[in-house]
Amino acid sequence: MRHGKYPFIIGFLAVPVALYGTFVVAAYIQTFQLAFTSWSGLGPITYNGFDNFERLWNDDLFWRSVGHNLYLLILLPIITIAIALVFAFLLNEGGGMHRGVRGSKFYRVIFFFPQLMALAIVAVIFGRVFSTDESGMLNGLFPDSWSPWLFLADERWALTCILAVMVWQAVGFYVVLFSAGMGSIEREVYEAAALDGASRISVFFKITIPLLWGTLQVAWVYLGIAAFDAFALVNIMSVDRGGPDGATSVLSMMIYRNAFEYSQAGYASAIGVALFFLTLTFAALTLRVTRREAH
Amino acid sequence: MSEITSSDLDRRTLLRRAAAVGLAATPAVGMLSACVGGGTEEDAPEQATGEKSADNPLGVDPKAGIEVLIFDGGLGTKYATDVDIPLYNKKWPDSKVTYSATQEVATVVQPRINAGDAPDMINNSGSKLMDFGAVVNAGQAQDLTELFAAPSWDVAGKTVAETLVPGAIEQGTYNGKPYAVNYAYTVYGLWHNKALFAKNGWTPPETWADFTALLDRIKAAGITPYGYAGANAAYYQVRAILTSAGKIGGEQVLKDIDNLKPGAWTNDAVVKAAAAWAEVGKNYIDKSFLGLKHTEVQLRQNQDKLAFYPCGSWLENEQAKDTPPGFEYALAAYPSVTTSDALPASALNAAAGEIYFAAAKSKNPRGGMEYLRAMLAKEAALGFTKLTKSLTVVAGAADGVTISPGLTSANDAVGKAGKDIFMGYLFDTWYKKLDDESRVATNDLMFKDYDAQKFAERMEKAAQAVASDASVTKFTRS
Repeated sequence: MRHGKYPFIIGFLAVPVALYGTFVVAAYIQTFQLAFTSWSGLGPITYNGFDNFERLWNDDLFWRSVGHNLYLLILLPIITIAIALVFAFLLNEGGGMHRGVRGSKFYRVIFFFPQLMALAIVAVIFGRVFSTDESGMLNGLFPDSWSPWLFLADERWALTCILAVMVWQAVGFYVVLFSAGMGSIEREVYEAAALDGASRISVFFKITIPLLWGTLQVAWVYLGIAAFDAFALVNIMSVDRGGPDGATSVLSMMIYRNAFEYSQAGYASAIGVALFFLTLTFAALTLRVTRREAH
Repeated sequence: MSEITSSDLDRRTLLRRAAAVGLAATPAVGMLSACVGGGTEEDAPEQATGEKSADNPLGVDPKAGIEVLIFDGGLGTKYATDVDIPLYNKKWPDSKVTYSATQEVATVVQPRINAGDAPDMINNSGSKLMDFGAVVNAGQAQDLTELFAAPSWDVAGKTVAETLVPGAIEQGTYNGKPYAVNYAYTVYGLWHNKALFAKNGWTPPETWADFTALLDRIKAAGITPYGYAGANAAYYQVRAILTSAGKIGGEQVLKDIDNLKPGAWTNDAVVKAAAAWAEVGKNYIDKSFLGLKHTEVQLRQNQDKLAFYPCGSWLENEQAKDTPPGFEYALAAYPSVTTSDALPASALNAAAGEIYFAAAKSKNPRGGMEYLRAMLAKEAALGFTKLTKSLTVVAGAADGVTISPGLTSANDAVGKAGKDIFMGYLFDTWYKKLDDESRVATNDLMFKDYDAQKFAERMEKAAQAVASDASVTKFTRS
């Protein structure tokens, strides 16, 4: 294989790299260019220097949206990973002597289901679940004296409701991922622990978690990236798209609205640039941390 | 399923891949420039033209095809496929009409306009409509002066302009030139079930005291007195508040708002109207409506669980297939807020709405204009009214025709209002961002803080932010 390795690689990579260059890199470069214009999205382009960024700095909604993205960035991975770990442990019993609870294969499929559904459908279904009147599933479950709970229409809870849906959708995938990770842990380790009389809890914390660390970090990166998006759910589920009163606004929503509704493509591009650097910072930080942890 | 994530994952590879995903997935950024970036220096494609004659006043090339794009919303699309296109084809049999419909006008059309591939006639409507001010400003909308000066399609001896209701052209005029046909004539007011009201002996009120007294009686009868859908229809309530403001202080109040005049929103009339409506919000709305959508709240009205719904006259048609038998849509004008309102209680907000325009840089803008001329034919207008239960701006097109109860009641209200019909406001189409802010502020006013002064100040601040934003094209009216 060594012989002729480069022609082989280049032959394979040329087309995808060209596609990536055209549709991703070039689009990015153009976004950076547009961020310095007051382009409306139609017609002539005029440059306005750093005006868009100055405006961004003074835009309350921008900072609130950043805050919402950070809220998701912190909570989405923590909650999802915690729940997925518990489920995976129960299904596999940490890769111990017994292979998980009865019917664990069945549960694994069930857990994976949400992952197979289109996000738009998930959003519509949960829109009904959280519906503010008695036709909503949750309000229907509560006694009348409690309801109506406003869920998505309540500023304090709207973003958390969306977070809950993101967690619900993501957990299944990570259950499967962690199950695979647990499956790769040497059985002898567990046998030794069992012989020493370790409890399930200490097996979980002292053996499973440390040996699964790498997979956990991968999960963290993926979930972090998902937390920077959240566009589809916010767009479909939230009151007045990003409401009530901006309580669920996220950066991707702001980009969309400015570009396609307010005819401020220049400003939208500036938000896009900000989002780019936020994501990049997150990815770099995570990789940095990982490098230190490796080996 | 475990083969999906085979256990010997190489973590470093995965992380590297994750970083790449991070770049690719930074959401929307790539999409943004891919969609709107396109060509910006593009030349218009070669445009079809023909010989002008008495029979062909707009100089259409009889062989060139046209493409029309219709918004598929409350009015449906049947009027286009069953009435307008056949009418157009009867006169121009060699012109192939390509038709498409969408619910997301901005996302479908804007990239095509940028790519120099615009449809010839576009119906710019719905909640995802394009900012039409920006379209005009970018030179993408055809100047319709010629269309309105051309002879009417089927009314002998009159120009197109002469067949329309007063104010129809003005509404599509931007800084002095007409660019849009606002086709549907919409009457706004308080919609209710006439049969339910008759059964309970309730009559639509004229004064605010009567109004709240009636709301109390309705509440006592176990029916939610008043409501609108906060999740996606807050603009109906914006219109209710501003109609009241217009009635209290006269139409100048609304003109000032459109013209972004400092202090327009903190005007006494606006504050009074907001305060009156905030009381309704505090006492008579079901709080759960904030999280519901238009259709969900409408369902409640259809089930007689909700008495009054503020809306425009497209409502009856939109709900046609869900309206139970015995339910009779009727419209009432908004009651007077004070005893010294500038306009009488019967005054109505009625306006031409639904933008149709020809794209200036399409392949066949003359064909697009000719299509608009066909739509403004009396025959087409009558077909539209029959199919959509909406009046059009073509004057008298529906005269002598039996129409639905809701439209009849709207027609009666128009008759009763006489000269006191006002067009309302345009800031919502001129400045989309201000429109969005008005929805948010209205939801707050009606469902949460009930503070009229805060509402006025918040809107004033938003209006002045638009006024001082150099990147937004400004419009004025008088």
